[in-house]
Amino acid sequence: MLEVRDMVAGYGEVKVLHGVSLDVGPGEVVALLGSNGAGKSTLNNNISGIFRPFAGMVIFEGQDISGARPETTVDLGIIQVPEGRRVFPNMSVRDNLEMGAYRRARARRTQNIDRIAGIFPRIAERIDQLAGTLSGGEQQMLAIGRSLMAEPRLLILDEPSLGLSPLLVEEMFALIHQLHADGLSILLVEQNVVQSLEIANRGYVLENGKVAMSGPASNLLQDEGLRRSYLGM
Amino acid sequence: MYDPSIIAASIINGLMTGAIYSLVALGLTLIYGVLHIINFAHGSLLMLCMYGVWFLYAQAGIDPYLALPLVAAGAFCLGYGLQRSVIGKTSHGRDEIILLVTLGVSIIIENIALFAFTANERVVQVPYDIDGIDLGITFLVVPQIAAFVASLAITAALWLFIARTYTGKAIRAVAKERQGARLVGVNVDHIFAVSFGIGTACLGAAACLLAPTFPISPQIGYIFVLIAFTVVVLGGMGSFVGALIGGFIIGVTESLGGLFFGESLGKLGISLIFILILLFRPTGLFGQRM
Repeated sequence: MLEVRDMVAGYGEVKVLHGVSLDVGPGEVVALLGSNGAGKSTLNNNISGIFRPFAGMVIFEGQDISGARPETTVDLGIIQVPEGRRVFPNMSVRDNLEMGAYRRARARRTQNIDRIAGIFPRIAERIDQLAGTLSGGEQQMLAIGRSLMAEPRLLILDEPSLGLSPLLVEEMFALIHQLHADGLSILLVEQNVVQSLEIANRGYVLENGKVAMSGPASNLLQDEGLRRSYLGM
Repeated sequence: MYDPSIIAASIINGLMTGAIYSLVALGLTLIYGVLHIINFAHGSLLMLCMYGVWFLYAQAGIDPYLALPLVAAGAFCLGYGLQRSVIGKTSHGRDEIILLVTLGVSIIIENIALFAFTANERVVQVPYDIDGIDLGITFLVVPQIAAFVASLAITAALWLFIARTYTGKAIRAVAKERQGARLVGVNVDHIFAVSFGIGTACLGAAACLLAPTFPISPQIGYIFVLIAFTVVVLGGMGSFVGALIGGFIIGVTESLGGLFFGESLGKLGISLIFILILLFRPTGLFGQRM
């Protein structure tokens, strides 16, 4: 479904990714792991078209989208929930959700708002509140709700558990598991290694801009090196 | 002591002028709210629009009020094109560069106007400029009433547009969260240009409403941009309601100041408000919301 081939990318003169390749198959949850500064967000933003890769290819459902603008990737159904939520603080929860359907599924936005209200009852209670007044966890749910409004074909979740309480982290992973069960393809970018690998089919570990390890999630969970570097075990 | 009816009359007159100040300030505050820059070209674009009104009037005999949709549409295209092809292209995404580019654009526009139209004043005379309604305490002429009603109507329409339509929502989204807007697929460059276009269209409308009362010269923009700037600071940068209320406050201040201290000394009141606001409430009356 998504194929990234030998991507070299970065900011200005500075290279962050030195030839990264990665696949996400239909209906798959793929975990992209790595410490801060490994290049995870750089990879996302180059897939979404916020930045243009220096070299390499991004192919989505057979179509070359390397260097495409974010409007194009959204049109194709690649929807990113960015790190730090990026909800619109000056707009109501409802308007935030409606903005999710800015380019896709606009005609079905009323049904989709109802559907998302069902998934996130706490968001539904605050539908007319300004998004800036929500708690961090609620903003994260709103950000995910906004992405679902576009009826994504591939969902990229960038650190969805960051800054959430342990209880909310549990809830977040249960939700991702549910979205997966509903058939959505997900690229899950996380620092939360164990929980991510528990719900993922496959995983990639990014280190210093390169894929250091990859394989089925269960194998990675057993890997000695990974356990040592990320879990201190 | 002044007769209360004279003061009431002065307030009413101030409200009429204030409505146009609001409209000019609305354009400025919208552009500020979205692009986060003060558009230094605001005054010269208003001047250019006023020449547009005069041109239509003098060459084609089009009434300035009937010309409003045409001038506003033309101004929108001008603003959109200016942002998309000049300001946006040269700024490389840095706000302080945008600021200087708008200053440069204003210098170019003024000098072209000076060259093309000379410094002579041009007048747009409507046949009904002394008709009006007698309120008892004061007499309101057609240009005053038209300016008041049209400014309020345009402000209300614009508010509805920003609140209800998808483009309006995208404008609000871009104003506060550009990255988030990009990720839902908003073309941020397009929205910048649309905002600049709408801000300029407000000037186009204001130009039509001002033309019957103010003689047009290449320097006319300065008077209004200074007032509009005060209105925006008073109302709060980026605030719609602030621009509307601020315009009325400044209009009434100017009018009452003129009544008590005479025409030229009365203008001090505006600068006084400006300084007091900066001292005691730098965020303006209605803060930072949009």
